[in-house]
Amino acid sequence: MVDPASGHDGLADVLLQDGVVAAVGPNLDATGAEVFDAGGMVVAPGFIDMHVHLREPGFEHAETIESGARAAAAGGFTSICCMPNTAPVNDSATVTSYIIERARRYAVVNVFPIGAITKDSAGEELAAIGSMKKAGIVAISDDGRPVMNSMVMRRAMEYAGGYGLPVIDHCEDLHLSAGGDMHEGLESVRRGLRGIPSCSEDVMVARDILLTELTGARFHVAHISSRHSLAMVAQAKARRLPVSCEATPHHFALSDEQSAPYDSNYKMKPPLRSACDRDTVAGGIADGVVDAIATDHAPHAGSEKMQEFERCPFGIIGLETAIGVSLDRLVHSGRVGLSRLVELFTTGPARILNLDRGRLTAGAPGDVTIFDLETEWTYDVNKSASKSNNSPFHGVKFRGGPAATIVAGRIVWKRET
Amino acid sequence: MQGGLLGIEGLERPEIESILKRAKDFQAVQHQAVKKSDRLRGRMIVNVFFESSTRTRTSFEIAAKRLGADTVSITAAGSSLSKGESLVDTLNTLAAMRPDAIVMRHSASGAPHFLARHLETPIINAGDGTHEHPTQALLDALTILDHRPSLEGLRVAIIGDIAHSRVARSNVHLLSKFGADVVLCGPPPLLPAELAQIAPRVTLTSDMAEAIREADVIMMLRVQLERQHEAAFPAGEYFRFYGLRLEHLCLARPEVIVMHPGPINRGREISSEVADSQISAILNQVENGVAVRMAVLERILN
Repeated sequence: MVDPASGHDGLADVLLQDGVVAAVGPNLDATGAEVFDAGGMVVAPGFIDMHVHLREPGFEHAETIESGARAAAAGGFTSICCMPNTAPVNDSATVTSYIIERARRYAVVNVFPIGAITKDSAGEELAAIGSMKKAGIVAISDDGRPVMNSMVMRRAMEYAGGYGLPVIDHCEDLHLSAGGDMHEGLESVRRGLRGIPSCSEDVMVARDILLTELTGARFHVAHISSRHSLAMVAQAKARRLPVSCEATPHHFALSDEQSAPYDSNYKMKPPLRSACDRDTVAGGIADGVVDAIATDHAPHAGSEKMQEFERCPFGIIGLETAIGVSLDRLVHSGRVGLSRLVELFTTGPARILNLDRGRLTAGAPGDVTIFDLETEWTYDVNKSASKSNNSPFHGVKFRGGPAATIVAGRIVWKRET
Repeated sequence: MQGGLLGIEGLERPEIESILKRAKDFQAVQHQAVKKSDRLRGRMIVNVFFESSTRTRTSFEIAAKRLGADTVSITAAGSSLSKGESLVDTLNTLAAMRPDAIVMRHSASGAPHFLARHLETPIINAGDGTHEHPTQALLDALTILDHRPSLEGLRVAIIGDIAHSRVARSNVHLLSKFGADVVLCGPPPLLPAELAQIAPRVTLTSDMAEAIREADVIMMLRVQLERQHEAAFPAGEYFRFYGLRLEHLCLARPEVIVMHPGPINRGREISSEVADSQISAILNQVENGVAVRMAVLERILN
């Protein structure tokens, strides 16, 4: 059992009762209980993915709350936070309540909506942030359509700060990145594709850190990918500003040179950057600059991805491969220990979002992620629980991965043996 | 060149040499009274041009016909693509009619590479976005070899809108493989620094005089205003700093030749005096285009 919150790292039984953790310790009496033998496996608090796209309402052909939640369970996640870029955009308590209600009825994992910063994520007028908070959002973000107007961002930070909501920014200067299809560098020049320079991310990270200092709001950098942005976050943290960041498995595992040319399974924002950026992100995870691993699970229907590269939408799915990729690139490679890895999926995101989750102690929600470190398996995206299959990890062999997912004391997914 | 021709970058030097050698044979054919043979009789080639083109499309069509093949040409305006059909569906439809090869031009970089993964019909890239234009580089090499015994050690200046030029990329790959030194020149926003690393023996400069000095070949490129997504440079003063004029030529080697893939814009990137001068090889390039495309079609269809 590995529980970074309590510092526990050793053999133990975990007893779940009435949806919560009843007891943790050696040789617990479990008379009458269903027993899951996790011998040889790692039992951890339920993993939280603070950045997914569930596409409902509006884009149910690509994903639904039901299918996205099943993919999350199959990836070892017990809680997911869904971004507001649906149709309609989650910019009102009505949409927030709709998502929560649909999740209550159809999702096998916990779903926490993230509300929009501005109405329709148009970047102009603040959304009904207070009402959405009352309805259940855990953060605000105009993910994918970043707020370009710095004054609007300032007001959003000031206002959200009053509700204790973190402001998550997809940091991208849309003028600097306009028309870009991949990271700007040797590969984009070679392939004749327009580039998305690292500085399009960096200037917005810099702006938002300065606004954090001005407003006192909590600012979180989504899917950090550039080494300069990481350096700025590290510096902000050293100055004790309330700044945090997340990294995706694809950004610490892959680089632009490793992307198959004109293959949209490698097209996302921010783009796969240089090998140096990739390794700096992995280093940031090891040294603590990165607070959480999040997938940015972004389903797109097959037909949307079967186009000329420049016409394909950005984004890849990632829920089912997050643990496999993380074990491979971070743990097996010796970069981070097991306890740190669990932290990145549990206490890390829980702290950013003020979620009372991510720990395995008596009284905590009965959410448990069980994974192992040795079983070899190959990811077959065609068998994905997601409705979409846009993944660069199809056919990749992993060592270790999710074994079972327990939400509120119920086993919602178990690996086929 | 298994299955088709997508770019120069992936070709081995012997393959290029063999195409150029065969193209030399076909050069002679262009001067015969009867130019048509039946080497590809009974074969069908579909030309699909999703982007406007005069010389390349005509050149491919003439090349196919001189080899006795049947051709069908389709342009974007008259195709089902304008009715909302996806590219892959359009190409699958054409492929279902069992042509022997598809010649394709498209404004998206990598479009033929993407299709090649989903289609069995060989695809010949007639220009993809700002990526490659392989037959242009082959005909340029043939043209240089009409004037020089080899490409080895030649200094070739390519001047203009390098960033958006598929002609520049294909030429860089080809010339570099054959040991020529390539100098790329243009306004800094149109000259990404990474270009110096896409192949060996490539250098960059924004100074036109420096680029032309001691050059054996000067290739001028058109400013592709249709690909400028934002004003990357002040167009009004372009000719002053990057337009080729007679006075530049004294900087180059005495036997220098001037090339241009066309269409030329007189007074924008090249003066009429240079374009019409003895050292201009622009019409030789067009002529060689047919010979090179005959060699490519023959190789792919046989």
